[in-house]
Amino acid sequence: MTATDFHNGPSACPGCDATAMATSRAAGTAQDGDRTTTLSLPSIHCAACISTVERGLLAVPGVSSVRVNLTRKRAVVHAAPTVAEDALTSALAALGYDAQLLDEATLTAGQSDTAARDLLMRLGVAGFAMMNVMLLSVAVWSGASDATRDLFHWVSAAIALPTILFSSKPFYVNAWRALRVARLNMDVPITLAIFLAAGMSLFEVAHSGDHAYFDAALSLTFFLLAGRYLDQRTRTVARSAATELAALEAPTALLLDDDTPKTVPVDELSVGDLVLVRPGARMPVDGEIVSGASELDRAFLTGESDPVSAAVGDPVRAGEVNLTGPLHVRVSAVGADTMLHALADLVAVAEEAKSRYNSLADRAAGIYAPAVHLLAFAAFVMWLYLTGGDIRYALNIAVATLIITCPCALGLAVPAVSTVASGALFRHGMLVKHATALERLAEVDAVVFDKTGTLTLGAPELLHGDTIPDLDMALAAKLALASEHPRSRAIAQAAARRTLPEVEVTEIRETPGFGISGQWQGQRVALGRADWVGAEGSGTMLNVEGRGSVAFDFEDALRPGVEPLLQTLEKQGLPVTILSGDTEAHVKRFAGALGLSNWHAGVLPEQKADILTEMAQSGRKVLMVGDGLNDTAALALAHVSIAPASALDAARVAADMVLVAPDVSRIGDAVRIARSARRRILENFGVAACYNAVAIPFAFLGFATPLTAAIAMSTSSIIVSLNALRTR
Amino acid sequence: MNVLAYLIPVSLVLGGLGLLAFWWTLRSDQYDDPEGDSARILRDDYDDYPAETPQSRPKD
Repeated sequence: MTATDFHNGPSACPGCDATAMATSRAAGTAQDGDRTTTLSLPSIHCAACISTVERGLLAVPGVSSVRVNLTRKRAVVHAAPTVAEDALTSALAALGYDAQLLDEATLTAGQSDTAARDLLMRLGVAGFAMMNVMLLSVAVWSGASDATRDLFHWVSAAIALPTILFSSKPFYVNAWRALRVARLNMDVPITLAIFLAAGMSLFEVAHSGDHAYFDAALSLTFFLLAGRYLDQRTRTVARSAATELAALEAPTALLLDDDTPKTVPVDELSVGDLVLVRPGARMPVDGEIVSGASELDRAFLTGESDPVSAAVGDPVRAGEVNLTGPLHVRVSAVGADTMLHALADLVAVAEEAKSRYNSLADRAAGIYAPAVHLLAFAAFVMWLYLTGGDIRYALNIAVATLIITCPCALGLAVPAVSTVASGALFRHGMLVKHATALERLAEVDAVVFDKTGTLTLGAPELLHGDTIPDLDMALAAKLALASEHPRSRAIAQAAARRTLPEVEVTEIRETPGFGISGQWQGQRVALGRADWVGAEGSGTMLNVEGRGSVAFDFEDALRPGVEPLLQTLEKQGLPVTILSGDTEAHVKRFAGALGLSNWHAGVLPEQKADILTEMAQSGRKVLMVGDGLNDTAALALAHVSIAPASALDAARVAADMVLVAPDVSRIGDAVRIARSARRRILENFGVAACYNAVAIPFAFLGFATPLTAAIAMSTSSIIVSLNALRTR
Repeated sequence: MNVLAYLIPVSLVLGGLGLLAFWWTLRSDQYDDPEGDSARILRDDYDDYPAETPQSRPKD
């Protein structure tokens, strides 16, 4: 049965019946033949945002329906095929919202909503059954006897048995999987407890016994499913956010076939093909420049913040950004052979090391599962001996022990805390990608930062702009406006903050890779590389014929929140190191301005990895924060790693967490939340241990009744959940 | 004790209705966007007239 059965409206498109219901509740009505576009809206946060975005997009001609999802920070737009996707993003930009197009194919491939929904259904059924059986049990506990009690027990059995078969499926399937390879996991004692309790109770009911544990078996199922659901949801949110990041950059290239550029997926390129790389675009492949001249931004690969000039014959690598002129590139390596993928092996090795990390829950389960089984078995043997061979009585006690010790609180202890913590981190703009990342972050005792693109924005800012004379500034700004080069943009920005005299520059021409020139009052003015404009020195210069030249110095702009972050880390007692591939002069100035004494400049990617390995060997647990390809190996090797959302795909894949917010001070919050989460988890284990210390002797000595089991189980679960809410 | 003959089925049916309602909410994607739904109730967009969706059109 699909969701379309619930309404008679036209489905937006035949392929998306699953989302048809959401569509029908959307603003506007979807038309047949419409195309579905998904937009990522990282900055929406309130009811007014929903209204503004939905109204704004509906105002675009051709758009028939819009539905904003605030939880996922997305909008699903149905529009006529004639509507350009750029029109949607620019409409939103005009309203002040950043919007990015999401690749539909990548999104649907990574969706695991069905698993969460399946768990929710099982949880709902278990909850329904638990309440009904509890209702009947209360009657029994208050003194129903004989035929009435038997009737109540039979009704309970009729509700409980099918429910257990349906709702506890995730547990027994998992337990069976573990047992088949001769291993024990948390699900084995759970399954054993649920099924033994149900089977034993059925036997008791058939023999008109006093005690039936149907309610206990059901509440056990319910509480544990709740833990499992929270766990699943946390991971789904993180994973869908991670696939969303992947969907942001659809890997395509402009293939030059018969001189007309054609957009093709990067996978379809082969060695020897000719591709066009426009200014502002990233190199899709490794290759060699066959025509054109430009400047390349290599920050992602090497950490250098200064652009490098490139001309015919120069090699280019995937991941470099073309800054000024269009380039024709002959492909020399594609896909897995490119530099971009060369570090993939290192990453894979480190990934394996991370998956071997023993989480707190695993360690608890490792002690817990055998202990519970041994205890229950000991109770069985002891009572068998004490009663002189009364199997039924001994088994009753063993089942009671198993139920009462069963890890209700333990099953909720970790998921409840990590749900609260991940939620808090999500609100702070952090995505937790890896299941054990939070725990590892809590253990961190040193922090290593990359510079370019991580602590800085990777975009230049004009230095000492105020000392440049008004006329020169006005001329430079006029020229700069004609170019998309990051330095030109920085000049234009700085000029916009000043009141400058009006100047008229004509015949403005950009020479890719060199600079911009024009005519002012019959004189040649040029802004660009020193040797090209005809001036002494190096760097970017403005030269005006008959007036001399002025140097423009640039510095990589700081990311917002760097200073508060460093203060927070100092307060938390975490020493900070900077590993940068940038030149010594840049790094020194940068570190000096921030008061950091521990920095390394000109570090190669392999050296970064070596330094990280060294630190790990000396017993340090390092948090690595980086964004470039040169950081990828280090990110994978670190105890835990964070990449900004602007990072290269490979770096985001290697990192355990992704910082979506532009403000890096959130990293300090993340460490605080992770530490708080770890404390709460340990407290929860403490609660579970105390509870068991009291409950086990009770059950072992045969004092446990279904009533005490129900009370003890619910109380410990509630205490643990409430304690989880204190994570902040 | 004859009252049990009514009350037990009644309680089961009521519980079943709750379960059915839950099943419906689950099938109709009502847990997709909890944050958005809690924000949407505060908008005044459709205070004067309902949205033109297939669901809210007059039934007759």
